[in-house]
Amino acid sequence: MTLNELAEIKGLASVAILHEEFAEDNRAKDELLKQMHSRLQEMRTSIERGLNTDAPSRTGMVGWNAKTLWQSEDKLNAALLKRVQAYAMAVNEENARMGRIVAAPTAGSAGTLPGALIGAADHLGLADEALLMPLVLAAGIGQIISKQMFIAGSSGGCQAEIGSSAAMAAAAVCELLGGQAEQAVHAATMALMNTIGLVCDPVGGYVEVPCVSRNAFYSIHALSSAQLALAGLKSVIPPDEVVMAMASIGRMLPPELRETGEGGIADTPTGRRIALKMADNKV
Amino acid sequence: MSLLDVIGPVMVGPSSSHTAGACRIALLARHMLISAPSQARLELHGSFAKTARGHGTDLALAAGLLGFFPDDPRIPQALDLAKAQGLQLEFSSKDLGDVHPNSVRISLQNAQETLSMTGSSLGGGLIRIVKVNGFEINFSGSAHTLLIQHNDKPGVIARVARVIADDDINIATLHSARRKRGGDAMMSVEIDRRLAQYALDYLSHLPYVHWLRILPEVMTGAANNEAAYDA
Repeated sequence: MTLNELAEIKGLASVAILHEEFAEDNRAKDELLKQMHSRLQEMRTSIERGLNTDAPSRTGMVGWNAKTLWQSEDKLNAALLKRVQAYAMAVNEENARMGRIVAAPTAGSAGTLPGALIGAADHLGLADEALLMPLVLAAGIGQIISKQMFIAGSSGGCQAEIGSSAAMAAAAVCELLGGQAEQAVHAATMALMNTIGLVCDPVGGYVEVPCVSRNAFYSIHALSSAQLALAGLKSVIPPDEVVMAMASIGRMLPPELRETGEGGIADTPTGRRIALKMADNKV
Repeated sequence: MSLLDVIGPVMVGPSSSHTAGACRIALLARHMLISAPSQARLELHGSFAKTARGHGTDLALAAGLLGFFPDDPRIPQALDLAKAQGLQLEFSSKDLGDVHPNSVRISLQNAQETLSMTGSSLGGGLIRIVKVNGFEINFSGSAHTLLIQHNDKPGVIARVARVIADDDINIATLHSARRKRGGDAMMSVEIDRRLAQYALDYLSHLPYVHWLRILPEVMTGAANNEAAYDA
C-alpha cells in the first residue's frame, strides 16, 4: 500500500494498516496492540524521567532543557505548546544521557511522536487506550515511507528522520482527534512537505545539538499539520510524490550534511571546538 | 521494516548505531565463549573510535560483554559492573583496514578460551559480524546463529544441514570460509529457532568439528531468548 492508496480508504487509516499487515488474524492484531501499549508505557516513562532531571548528557551539551521549560512560567498562555515541547525534549534528553527510549522511527527523532501524541492527549485528558490505534497508524506511515526512502540521517539528512517522525505524529494526532484516512494521510504529507531540505548537521556527530530542540520544534510541526488537515486542508501535491521529492533531495545532499558532523551547525567555530574537546576525551 | 521496528526498538540511547549496535556486537562476542571473559581488548575503528565516549560506545561494548541486551537499563553502569565482576577492559583506537567506518575488533580471554572477532555497526542498530578467529565470516545477529569450526572435507555442510532439517528448523543464511583446501574452515548458519540441545551435542561430537557455538538472536530484547542462554 502507498500513501496515495491509504488516503483513498473510507474510514480510519489505522484499521487499514492493521488489515494490510495481519488480514483477518485477530490474535496477531491483539498482540500488536498489546506491544504498542507497552511501548506507550516506555514512552511515558522516558517523558517522566526526562521532565524531572537535569543531569547532563555525556558530552555536557544537553540534559536540562526539558525540565527547565517544564518548570518555566507559561508566558504565551499556551499550555499545549509548552507541554508538547517539554515532552519531546524530555525523551531526547533521556536518549542523550543514555536513558531508555523507544526509537520512533530513530533514536534521534524519538521525542517527536510521544511529544505530539501523548502531549496532546494529556492536554485534552484522553486515556491511553485511545492512543493505541493512532500509534499503529504512526508505525504504518513510517513503514510506507521507509519503502520509498531510507529513514536515516546518514542517508537522507534530517528531513528523512525528523520528517518521518513528524509525518507519523501528524497522522496519529489527526486520527486521535477524529480524522479519517484521507485527512490523516494529508496531515502526514503536509508535515513532510514542510520538512523537505532539512540537513543532518549534529555538533561533533552526537545526537544532541540541534537534535534535542529539533524534536520540540517538529512535535509542534506535527500538531500544525494535524490542525490544517482536520480543518479539511490538503496537500496539492499527492502524498507519494511528496515522498519522492524528499527522497530525491536526500540523494542530492552532500555527505557533509548527512550525519557526519562536518557541515552546517557542526562546522561552526564553536561546533568544531566542542567536537575537538570531545575527541580528546575519547576512550 | 515491521510496524514494531518503526515504533521501536526500545533501547538505551543515544545512538542506534554507536550504542545499540555496539552492544549487540559485544553480546555476540560474549556468547562465542562458554564462560565469562576475564580480559577483553576492544580496538575501535573509524567513527567508533572518534565519537565513542560521547555516544557511550565504550559502555555499550562493556554491557554486551556482560551479556546485556541493548534495552538493559544497566548499560550506563556497565564499566563499573565489569570491574566489579573482574572483567579487565582495554580500549584503543585502531585502523582495522578495509572495514565499515563503525567497526570494532574484540579479543577475549579467560582461563580456558581465547577468541577474536570483528563486527560492524551498519546503521539503525543493524550489525554484521565479518571475522571470527581469523575466518572471514558473515552473519547479522537477527537470527539464532550456529558457528562451527571444522575440517574442510566433503559432506560437512550436508551433515550439519541434515541435523538442522531433522529438528524441523529452517536455514536463513549459510556462509562458509576456509584457510586452505583441506585445512581449517568455519561456517555460520543463521536458523529460524534455536537448535535442540541433543542436536548441538551431536554436532559438537562429530570428529571433524573442532569448535561449535550457538549464538542468540540479538536484534530484539532479552525476553525473546529466555533462559536458553544462561552461559
